[in-house]
Amino acid sequence: MGSQPLPFDWIRPEPWGIHIPPCGVWIDPARPVDIALVTHGHADHARGGHERVFATSETLAIMGLRYGVGNEGVAVGLREPVELGGGVTATFFPAGHVLGSAQILLEHRGERVVITGDYKRRADPTCAAFEVVPCDIFITEATFGLPVFIHPPIACEIDKLLSALHGNPQRCVAVGAYALGKAQRVIAELRAAGHDAPIYLHGAMEKTCALYEEHGIALGDLRPATVAARDEMRGHIIVCPPAALNDRWSRRLPDPITAMASGWMQVRGRARQRNVELPLIISDHADWHELTTTIAEVNPQESWITHGREAALLRWCQLNQRRARALAMLGYEDEDD
Amino acid sequence: MQAFAALVDQLTYTRSRNGKLALIARYLQDTPDPDRGWALAALTDALDFPAVKSATIRRLMTERVDPVLYTLSREFVGDTAETASLLWPDPPVVQATGSEPDLPQAVAALHAMTRANVMTQLPQLLDVLDANGRYALLKLATGAMRVGVSARLAKLAFAQAFEVSVDAVEEFWHGQKPPYGPLFAWAEGGEPPRTDLLPLFRPFMLAHPLDDLQVDLKDFAAEWKWDGIRVQVVHVAGETRVYSRSGDDISASFPEIAATLDFPAVLDGELLVRGNDQGGADGGAASFNALQQRLGRKTVSKKMLAEAPAFVRLYDVLLLDGADLRELPWTRRRAQLEALLPRLDPDRFDLSQLIVANDFAALTAVREKARDDAIEGVMLKRRDSPYVTGRRSGLWYKWKRDPLLIDCVLMYAQRGSGKRSSFYSDYTFGCWNGDPDDGAEILPVGKAYSGFTDEELKMLDRHIRTHTIKRFGPIRETDKSLVLEIAFDSVHDSKRHKSGLAMRFPRVHRIRTDKPAHEADRIETLRAMVR
Repeated sequence: MGSQPLPFDWIRPEPWGIHIPPCGVWIDPARPVDIALVTHGHADHARGGHERVFATSETLAIMGLRYGVGNEGVAVGLREPVELGGGVTATFFPAGHVLGSAQILLEHRGERVVITGDYKRRADPTCAAFEVVPCDIFITEATFGLPVFIHPPIACEIDKLLSALHGNPQRCVAVGAYALGKAQRVIAELRAAGHDAPIYLHGAMEKTCALYEEHGIALGDLRPATVAARDEMRGHIIVCPPAALNDRWSRRLPDPITAMASGWMQVRGRARQRNVELPLIISDHADWHELTTTIAEVNPQESWITHGREAALLRWCQLNQRRARALAMLGYEDEDD
Repeated sequence: MQAFAALVDQLTYTRSRNGKLALIARYLQDTPDPDRGWALAALTDALDFPAVKSATIRRLMTERVDPVLYTLSREFVGDTAETASLLWPDPPVVQATGSEPDLPQAVAALHAMTRANVMTQLPQLLDVLDANGRYALLKLATGAMRVGVSARLAKLAFAQAFEVSVDAVEEFWHGQKPPYGPLFAWAEGGEPPRTDLLPLFRPFMLAHPLDDLQVDLKDFAAEWKWDGIRVQVVHVAGETRVYSRSGDDISASFPEIAATLDFPAVLDGELLVRGNDQGGADGGAASFNALQQRLGRKTVSKKMLAEAPAFVRLYDVLLLDGADLRELPWTRRRAQLEALLPRLDPDRFDLSQLIVANDFAALTAVREKARDDAIEGVMLKRRDSPYVTGRRSGLWYKWKRDPLLIDCVLMYAQRGSGKRSSFYSDYTFGCWNGDPDDGAEILPVGKAYSGFTDEELKMLDRHIRTHTIKRFGPIRETDKSLVLEIAFDSVHDSKRHKSGLAMRFPRVHRIRTDKPAHEADRIETLRAMVR
């Protein structure tokens, strides 16, 4: 199937992004281009240096933290079609991945293509929920595209975290979480579970947390871990980037229990590789069940799989008589989700 | 089952040794008999359920899940039991009428399974457990819990839980069978189990590497380190058993040894095959390779007994005619050993001779000759040392000859398992079969899984991922551009390998990024090292 010619000639997957020749636009390009449409603010999808960037206002704000996006940024409202020229229209729909994340619907000559970017179907208090958008070609991620990945309800994982915290009042729990999205979701879920105590932040989290608060997502009492006294943090949660867990940075913490919020924590070997004592299976990506039911609900003529464990999702499509092909996309990283 | 599954889970994620000890000790204190005994058996790898193998689980899974999806999952997860625990389809609620078994029930059910019914019986157990329970059950069923707990650590935890000495635990352990009722009863203040009625294994005394230390030969005796397998020969109440270093009963593989000891004794020695490789005609022992042909056999043919007769070269005596000699200094045990030799069949037992050397410098010179004599090295034993379990510092030292080195080319790589499941950590390497400028090929000569640091592992993994030219299932073939300096103890003729050679203890000694592949060694260089 993969070697058959593409059904539409106006959309071309390249290793460094998806190209729309009629309007000269690229989706999530990995190198600087004239016009980029960006699905969400994670660095592997949103890179700097483009002449013009179309994205949701939240995504532009996130990109602004990193690259100082200025006049080149064009904010796009959800569900509002944008004419890109050459007879191509783009419409952004929520993807449920992180704040501002969107799927992009492209229409040309009555043909419809949806690019999901990264997405999930679970409820998330920090972003708008994924919407099913009917289309002819569905371009999906497959980060957790193996049937072993079934993410448990987040409430279970938050319970695990809180009972470890309450069971060890002399220690602290250091939660490794991706600085954009995962960290804020974990904090918001902790607040929703009634955990009102101060949460200490690694410096890398401070700006993104402030940005979320500016967008109306309350995260409660957050304090910088860097200036806090060691004893002050006993019995508290510290949120830091995964890389800081085994780094010198964590030596300042009082006898930390090492936790990590990531979909990879489902696999014991992965957790042990990262020296994680308290694995929290919390992912901002669709799990196997979400990936497969979404394909079934969207019911496209053909699914294209951008990155992740594409072989298994291709196999599922084959078993379910659905046309699919894997795109060899470069540079989408998912190690820390 | 849930308490056991939780223990397995916590052990998986607990890094510190003390943390693991505390977890196991608390479990043993808080859990009733016989549950805790079965758990202890699982942790010490003392259970065997012949009907349940990894292949059984694979077969069960591919009946329920698409085989391609199963294989992709297994490859990613790196562990069959874990893959199955995650992929096992939840049964429809109406069907799940059985209640969750406790640990003794699960063990009984696993024991009762046969090859004929395992495919219907195992699913019934899996259907009533959650993913963590399924994982613990399948690990229990197939052995190798992979929680970073050695049998020794489990025994230490047992000793810690009940405040008894670990030496006493080791001593009583081997007469006991799971679920170890008498052992727990003793530890909680009851009578000690009897040890004088059965030919039991006594834990070995082991040696530390000498490294850069020097010792005074006034305090230490020296003898050769023979390259066979360390064994203990035990005779009690008319029965003789031969135990390997891990305490496995290997009597059936070596009937000629078991048949010849006929008085009560526990002897420590090296199992060897007659020959003249090690130490020449005087040494009287064939290479390890000759012994290897005889290991792991359930029955031994007459031909094999004739062609590769085994014998034990004695190092020590632990018990003799009902007396326990282990507290005595080595010199007195050695005297007793020499005195009992005439009572033994000379075809099956001889004495490990002491090395005569006036001082350490003289011994150093003798050891340097060991390579020429194809002897593995030298042992140094403190003359006043009692026979104590395990590796105590300052009593016994092993002083192996320096390893051999050869430059090989990395050819194939495979992922490791467990903690290494995402790294290419198993390497096949080769040497040139002639002049590389004259069309020679690289032929595989061995495999190595160790010797590198974590940093080097990452470097090797990166190299393999970026230099793959072909894939055969889980195996990657590289472009054969990287030279690995391989250290190994010896090399022997072998029919098993294409190159006709087999190395002993090969490991990655250095990564020679500075050396081009065509400068790697040739097979003839390796062949010249055969002794």
